[in-house]
Amino acid sequence: MKPAPFGYARPGDWPEALSLLRDGARPLAGGQSLGPMLNLRLAQPATVIDLRHLPGFAGVAVQDGYCRIGAGTSHAEIEDGAIPGRLGAILAGVARRIAYRAVRNRGTIGGSLAHADPAADWVAVLPCFDGAAIALGASGERRIPLADFVLGLMETALRPDEVLRAIELPVLPPEARWGHWKFCRKPGEFSKATACVLAVPGEPPRAVLAALDMPPLVIADAGALLAAPEAEAARIVAGLALRDPWRAALVRTALHRAALAAWEMEE
Amino acid sequence: MSRMPIRMTVNGKAAELVAEPRTHLADLLRGALLLTGTHLGCEHGVCGACTVELDGIPARSCITHAGACDGAAVRSIEGFDADPVMAALREAFSAEHALQCGYCTPGMLITARDIILRLPDADEARVREELSGNLCRCTGYRGIVHAVLRVLAERRGTAP
Repeated sequence: MKPAPFGYARPGDWPEALSLLRDGARPLAGGQSLGPMLNLRLAQPATVIDLRHLPGFAGVAVQDGYCRIGAGTSHAEIEDGAIPGRLGAILAGVARRIAYRAVRNRGTIGGSLAHADPAADWVAVLPCFDGAAIALGASGERRIPLADFVLGLMETALRPDEVLRAIELPVLPPEARWGHWKFCRKPGEFSKATACVLAVPGEPPRAVLAALDMPPLVIADAGALLAAPEAEAARIVAGLALRDPWRAALVRTALHRAALAAWEMEE
Repeated sequence: MSRMPIRMTVNGKAAELVAEPRTHLADLLRGALLLTGTHLGCEHGVCGACTVELDGIPARSCITHAGACDGAAVRSIEGFDADPVMAALREAFSAEHALQCGYCTPGMLITARDIILRLPDADEARVREELSGNLCRCTGYRGIVHAVLRVLAERRGTAP
């Protein structure tokens, strides 16, 4: 369980990081997904670019109704309340259930999203918010709607010469309802099925189904799901044509329970 | 692959090493510094045996590689001799039979200390949840959970 040899680069500023990226090096944030893949030799990059020391990589700023979360903000920081308000409370509840505290201390929201493991928590949850992934490339920042960010298994809308710089989410009113359900047989393991539902007053409720063998399924108007959770969850999951009946049952139940939780305003 | 200089503070002392970037922190501690209290189980971030304190908070040393450790402050299990919380945990681990073979114990203690300091009001369910990232194949966890609860109760001034 030792990685194949790789070079290590620690850029001091973002232009340097981008120039290293153009040479084909692999960005490293907290290393809690890439680290195991290096040890298992599933990833064998020539060079890793350590982004952790770049200015502004971590940190949260609220402006004009949006919360900008630096890609390097750790799960533990989010768990401990780095993000204010109702949005922060929702995300803290998600963060607390990611892996284990020692992993959450190093692992980052941006690293997890850019890694795009379909079973990862932020991959499953972030598309539920009407926000954007902020990609940084040579010509500056580019906004990618979160619903369009993960394209497939470990595949994102980032171009080869871009890094994920931040995640921008709308600030939520205190009345925003949230339901989240994930199936794990053991706390901290990768999810077998994840669903979440967000209902903001005055907007169509949104839902996401994830940990599927495909990109997260975003339901942009989940009004029917909140009106008839069980029947609508069954209808949506039947449309996915999942091969394994047990898998379909897990996914259906996760969506049903997430919808119920949103309705009852439980987290 | 070329080696690189690594400067760390380990258990309060400066350490200057030269290592391949791919070397993970646990191997640096064990191989280069002969601090063999850090144990390696799964070597891919699942079992928790290699948990150390990195820049003041628990981290998996098996998936933190040498380059990323340059400039870091590391505290391995050998660095807690004078720590009063760890002293209480050692007592409690002994009293509650919280170890048998001892392989998971260094990582278990570092996680336990983090629970004590971060979650002083944790109940048994929360302690079990927080310990879920450290695997023990001997005890069935009961003794470990009781040891953590005992220290939490002592610090709250209530009976365990």
